[in-house]
Amino acid sequence: MADTVAVRTEEEGRGLEPAGFAFEDRLRPLEGLRAYGLIMAMWVRSTMAYRASFAMTLFGDLAVTAFDFIAILLMFSHVDALGGYSLPEIALLYGLSATAFGVCDLLLGSMDRVGGRIRDGTLDTLLVRPVPVLAQVAADRFALRRLGRITQGLVVIGYAVATLDIAWTPLKMLMLPMTVLSGAAIFGAVFIAGAAFQFVAQDASEVQNSFTYGGTTLLQYPPTVFAKDLVRGVTFVVPLAFASWLPALYVLGREYPVDLPQWVAFLPPLVAAGCCGLAGLAWRAGLRSYRSTGS
Amino acid sequence: MRLYAVVAAGGFRRYATYRTATVAGVFTNTVFGFIVAYTYIALWDERPQLGGYDTSQALTYVWLGQALLAAGARMGGGFESELVERIRTGDIAVDLYRPADLQLWWMAADLGRATFHLLGRGVAPMILGALAFDLALPGSFWTWPAFLLSVFLGIVVSFAVRYLVAMSAFWLLDGAGAMRMAMLAGLFFSGMLLPLNLFPGLLGEVARALPWSSLLQVPADVFLGKHAGWGLVEAYAFQAGWAVVLLGAGRLLQTGATRRVVVQGG
Repeated sequence: MADTVAVRTEEEGRGLEPAGFAFEDRLRPLEGLRAYGLIMAMWVRSTMAYRASFAMTLFGDLAVTAFDFIAILLMFSHVDALGGYSLPEIALLYGLSATAFGVCDLLLGSMDRVGGRIRDGTLDTLLVRPVPVLAQVAADRFALRRLGRITQGLVVIGYAVATLDIAWTPLKMLMLPMTVLSGAAIFGAVFIAGAAFQFVAQDASEVQNSFTYGGTTLLQYPPTVFAKDLVRGVTFVVPLAFASWLPALYVLGREYPVDLPQWVAFLPPLVAAGCCGLAGLAWRAGLRSYRSTGS
Repeated sequence: MRLYAVVAAGGFRRYATYRTATVAGVFTNTVFGFIVAYTYIALWDERPQLGGYDTSQALTYVWLGQALLAAGARMGGGFESELVERIRTGDIAVDLYRPADLQLWWMAADLGRATFHLLGRGVAPMILGALAFDLALPGSFWTWPAFLLSVFLGIVVSFAVRYLVAMSAFWLLDGAGAMRMAMLAGLFFSGMLLPLNLFPGLLGEVARALPWSSLLQVPADVFLGKHAGWGLVEAYAFQAGWAVVLLGAGRLLQTGATRRVVVQGG
């Protein structure tokens, strides 16, 4: 700390730009990550203060998503195929969607609290700290219990890979981690865009759930189940289809109900990058428009 | 009695204040309604008459599930997080001083909330669902009041369960875990993910006997006309029975917990 102060006075003495600004501009992303880590560690420690409750929430999160899959298993106790897809095929769709969403939910899961912070004005506190607001908001109330969802998703992927009757190629194997990572980034973009939207409509944070929780639920079922317009919507408008359907259908060797060339299956990383860029812009615009609470 | 009526009215108005939030909730319920409805269509396409429902009855079940979700506070969002917080901070001591019964007070507030959620977040998704899909609406007028009575009993059961959950905070201090478990049970065993009459064998029998089935499965079956005559009376008795048992258990815990607060010295 003493070093920084020394540097600052020296540079200011030479009539340069105040060191504070230069420092922030150069190291902003790194600073953000470091701050995210610190805030995260703090929340983990505070959660561990109530161990019985933590164990219950962890189990609860694991079970919430497990029950999702149990519901699908119960459906398959009555039928052999749903929308023309067998159980292992649906398990792959389910596992990829749940894991991608789980990773995103772990890292950004509290973004929907922004609306509350805007309403009661506590966002002001975040603005005066020398840490990117996005990092603070993302790490706010970091919940380790959300590992439950990821665990469950991975187990289901494991089940799918073990039971699917596919000629696995290295490319198809690589598609799985690629899908999960790109999917998490696409969901992340939706979370951040949703948070930006809350600057405009503070109480409407629940709309976000339609795209996040609704999106992951949708992707857990094969696209043949849904109306074509809905499938087009999640392909071209909110590109959730890239978070699991398109790459997963390539792996399964299935046709997508909307006519698209096959190379589209390899686009998820690009789509994810594009979505994150747009979401970042939206977040910036939202934050700029913030005018604290009135009197 | 008048006091509790005022508290209930307050609960109603409190939630009625947030109009944007209500619209957002209706939007989300409708989106989920669509998603689940398509999966049920695929399921009933494979096996018509599954669980004794035809496709339009199954779709009606989906939309009833969405319409009653907020009213039954099955995803949380009721009074319990507030009460847990008061227990954790010790504000509960002030509540216990008040010349009102703790359980009745919160029940009145929660019934007010539920009434608003039934109107504000239940009616619109149901209408939208009926416009988009072919639903099996009741043929007889009397089904509607019969359905509403069953919904009311379901909400009381839901309150009683969540009150028990909140009381656990006296021992655990942090209620997040218990609330999570209650939400979980509320989703799965109410029949929100899949109607309980599709659950096979023993699991089905247990699920249908648990209190959560009064939250969705029983009211939905009343709506679909599956309970008539004595069957209807039995359905009500089942719901009311659980309500009495769970409210009684809540009262017992409350008595035990209150002693504990005194021991702690406030």
